[in-house]
Amino acid sequence: MLDIKNVRKTFNKNTINEKKALNGINLHLNEGDFVTVIGGNGAGKSTMLNMVAGVYPIDSGKIEIDGINISRYPEYKRAQYIGRVFQDPMMGTAAGMEIQENMALAYRRGKTRGLSWGIKSEEKAFYYEAIQKLGLGLQDRMTNKVGLLSGGQRQALTLLMATLQKPKLLLLDEHTAALDPKTARKVLDITQEIVKEQNLTTLMITHNMKDAISIGNRLIMMHEGRIIYDVSGEEKKKLEVEDLLKKFEEASGEEFSNDRMILAK
Amino acid sequence: MSGLLVSLQDAVVQGVLWGIMVLGVYITYKLLDIADLTVDGSFALGGCVCAVMILNFHVDPWVALAVAAIAGMMAGAVTGLLHTIFEIPAILAGILTQIGLWSINLRIMGGKSNVPLLKTDTIMSRFIDFTGLNKQIASLVIGIGIAVIMIGLLYWFFGTEIGSAMRATGNNESMIRAQGVNTNWTKLLALVISNGLVGISGGLVCQSQKYADIGMGTGAIVIGLAAIVIGEVLMGRLRSFGSKLTSAVVGSVIYFVIRAVVLRMGMNANDMKLLSAAIVAVALCVPVVVRKLRLKKSYTEGGE
Repeated sequence: MLDIKNVRKTFNKNTINEKKALNGINLHLNEGDFVTVIGGNGAGKSTMLNMVAGVYPIDSGKIEIDGINISRYPEYKRAQYIGRVFQDPMMGTAAGMEIQENMALAYRRGKTRGLSWGIKSEEKAFYYEAIQKLGLGLQDRMTNKVGLLSGGQRQALTLLMATLQKPKLLLLDEHTAALDPKTARKVLDITQEIVKEQNLTTLMITHNMKDAISIGNRLIMMHEGRIIYDVSGEEKKKLEVEDLLKKFEEASGEEFSNDRMILAK
Repeated sequence: MSGLLVSLQDAVVQGVLWGIMVLGVYITYKLLDIADLTVDGSFALGGCVCAVMILNFHVDPWVALAVAAIAGMMAGAVTGLLHTIFEIPAILAGILTQIGLWSINLRIMGGKSNVPLLKTDTIMSRFIDFTGLNKQIASLVIGIGIAVIMIGLLYWFFGTEIGSAMRATGNNESMIRAQGVNTNWTKLLALVISNGLVGISGGLVCQSQKYADIGMGTGAIVIGLAAIVIGEVLMGRLRSFGSKLTSAVVGSVIYFVIRAVVLRMGMNANDMKLLSAAIVAVALCVPVVVRKLRLKKSYTEGGE
């Protein structure tokens, strides 16, 4: 499904701020894998997702989806395979446009846009049904501007938009980090439901170790631009937060440095 | 009194013809959040191209208007390429095109800074011959007709898939790129469409006043912004996209009426640009001042 082969990325090369963000990273995802990604600050988690999505070009290596080499595709071209939800709730939706307009934009992800009407009346029933499943009452506000929604509602909508057109790969970059605990839980529940229903291959960055263990079938830990721990199946289910902390110290020789993770355990 | 009436009628006609340029400015400024300074140059370009096509090439005035539109679109494409492919900030890209167009416009007019269209046919003169209306009414009918058609076309276009993607580009670029849209392309296209409208407006003004002048576009962007601001103040409560486009043209008419009135009241015509700039500056300052005052007011030392 997804193949990341020896990918390297250095920011601000040859300057005093040089930062090796990805250090020859290798990752293979099987169809239907739901992988949680954890790691300290600056471990390269977001960079890895951004490289897959094509936000910045990679320095070397190869990224393939279903055998198609997308390493040199621009961001908008990769979007045909990839659905994304960002950490910032403001980033995933167009605030000045209606809910249904946003959904119509997302429904056309990866398709050629032409001069036919931007939102056809027969689509509206489909959007109504899809958004009703979120259980947030948004189906009665289809013509409201998205800017009127709360952060949690916007993240749930972004998630729905990312999966309205089934993506080959779903990228979730700490998509609940900016939400209050109760809303975060709700959005996480919706995430699991949608991923299960569509059997989506998913990469989810989280700062919550408990979630990282309990959600998905595989967990990877990153440090200094490398994957230092990769666990799946039964072994993953048996993990405890303490095990993860110990693994981190073993692999990196340092104490776990992400305060938020320590606090969230 | 009849003098005032004539100048007011003139102002309304000018307002409608310039209003088509304001529609162009609306697309870039309100929908894409780009202050596109190409406009000053592409407006004059439309006028110059129109005059030369009619006078030297003896083409039909409608064809001349179409060529003016295409010329405007090409100017917009230059700014668009500088901005998207070469990542020059939009304002600077617009200024570069605008300055370059000054020389190009002079070349088009054969080195002269003014080309009169005294005895040639124009869209207006033909309409007058056909209907027997007076000059102002004829210009007004043509101006309103073209404005209505353009508003209709824009309303349709921004409802289409490409048009929606363009609106979303102005709203949230990273979002629409994640939905698979090449935002360089949508921005380029918006600048092309916008300057096409500006070119048409320049061509119409040229045909209506029966001359093209190298300086006819100077300050056009400020007039456009002022008209948008005035339109928003008057019709800001209307929410539909069609009424917002209409308010841009109405704003333009009001702008030219205000101008006629203050000139009539004895203001020096040379001070008009200062007044336009002041209108835009005040309109942009007021919301910021209001926000800051609210912030100050809402602060209390002891809390609730």
